[in-house]
Amino acid sequence: MDITLKVNGVSRTVAVDPRTSLLDLLRERLGLIGAKKGCDHGQCGACTVLIDGRRANACLALAVAMDGREITTVEGLAQGDDLHPLQAAFIEHDAFQCGYCTPGQLCSAAGMLGEPGPSAVTGDILVDPDLTPEEIRERMSGNLCRCGAYVNIVSAIAEVAP
Amino acid sequence: MKTFEYARAESPADAVRKFAPGAMYLGGGTNLVDLMRLGVARPDHLVDVSRLPLDAVEEAGDRVRIGAAVRNSDLAAHPLIRSRYPMLARALLAGASGQVRNMATVAGNLLQRTRCAYFQDVTRPCNKREPGSGCPAIEGDHTNLAILGASHACVATHPSDMAVALAALDAEVHVTGPGGDKIIPMPGLHRLPGDAPERDTVLDPGDLITGVELPAPPPGASLYRKVRERASFAFALASIAAVLDVRDGTVAGCRIALGSLAHAPWRAERAEQVLVGGPATGEAFLTAAEAELEQARALPRNAFKVPLARNLIVRALEELAS
Repeated sequence: MDITLKVNGVSRTVAVDPRTSLLDLLRERLGLIGAKKGCDHGQCGACTVLIDGRRANACLALAVAMDGREITTVEGLAQGDDLHPLQAAFIEHDAFQCGYCTPGQLCSAAGMLGEPGPSAVTGDILVDPDLTPEEIRERMSGNLCRCGAYVNIVSAIAEVAP
Repeated sequence: MKTFEYARAESPADAVRKFAPGAMYLGGGTNLVDLMRLGVARPDHLVDVSRLPLDAVEEAGDRVRIGAAVRNSDLAAHPLIRSRYPMLARALLAGASGQVRNMATVAGNLLQRTRCAYFQDVTRPCNKREPGSGCPAIEGDHTNLAILGASHACVATHPSDMAVALAALDAEVHVTGPGGDKIIPMPGLHRLPGDAPERDTVLDPGDLITGVELPAPPPGASLYRKVRERASFAFALASIAAVLDVRDGTVAGCRIALGSLAHAPWRAERAEQVLVGGPATGEAFLTAAEAELEQARALPRNAFKVPLARNLIVRALEELAS
């Protein structure tokens, strides 16, 4: 099937087998290898991208179902040589060791900062809470870091959070 | 993954029309795509219903209508749900991760399959996946499986948090299908396994959930509590959605639904009957919890769930009463 996606601002038309995941499409067909295949089951978050601006697991999305969507991968976060504030903060705070989970962490954090409303740790559910470290940890729980760089990941995101 | 035909539905009627034998509906895909990759789900046709115009949360008098394609994250963040049904928002926020909640739909959440490890492993027998093949969980690892309403054929649990809150709220599930429209009151959507664990729900082939309708919130305080093995992004060992209305020290109304203890969200009707009209005391809460759990049938590795459920009920009610 032919599908057309806007990937990092560029329109791409691709013929895909219906079994292809969005992750495999990005990595194997479009050469965008930033999003990583960690677990391929939606449990690790290494494949996180933004679909129409919202963070999602690219491994759980079928490419055919993404026709017409706008996809942002980690390659699309920076503006030319100007890093996204999250990317700069990750460097500043040394928020990674091996780096494998980092593209997913960055895309997840970028999506998370735009998500309104409470989380599972919010006290008053009627109030949109400040992004305290506790809130950031809960909201980022879909991204695993097997190096255990969580402490610095949280401080990097906290620096960028409003 | 086995190959399949993909088609996008333009309307609910179009979806039902396109539902051929061997078809499945595709919502957010967060469970189905994974099960297809594991070889557990092997549809010949996928009918994509994720873009149907069923994505609104609307006030209808004192009720609220939720479209089947509303994303879990949007529902949890919706002002109507946060203000009038905070227990439902809490249940949604207790489930999955931010990424999954952004993809997962209301109907998909209801229709997600058990996370029993044997069901998800095609190299092992499983009566739910292959009827008649056996249930290795009963002799094997059933640590997080059912203590209520299970059968000799299946001890799977339903993993949803949202469905537990919907069961306590007396939500109605709206369905269209080849046989026409129907309304199924929760927790009646999901069935106990009996001799047919391959059937999770009472839906017929081709039935499409179009939405969920919430009656006016019941009077009283409410909460959702979930016990799990890590602080976030884990399925429940046990959960509770509870509503308690206390007037002059007497329980005027009570709703209790339990999660991850049975093949379906479990409405604790025995406990509710014990409580209503009686005193709102810790002793009464314990008596009610024990009355409910008299029917529990634990296996060796999940016997811990009986005191866990008892303590969860008592603690939740004490919190609501205070």
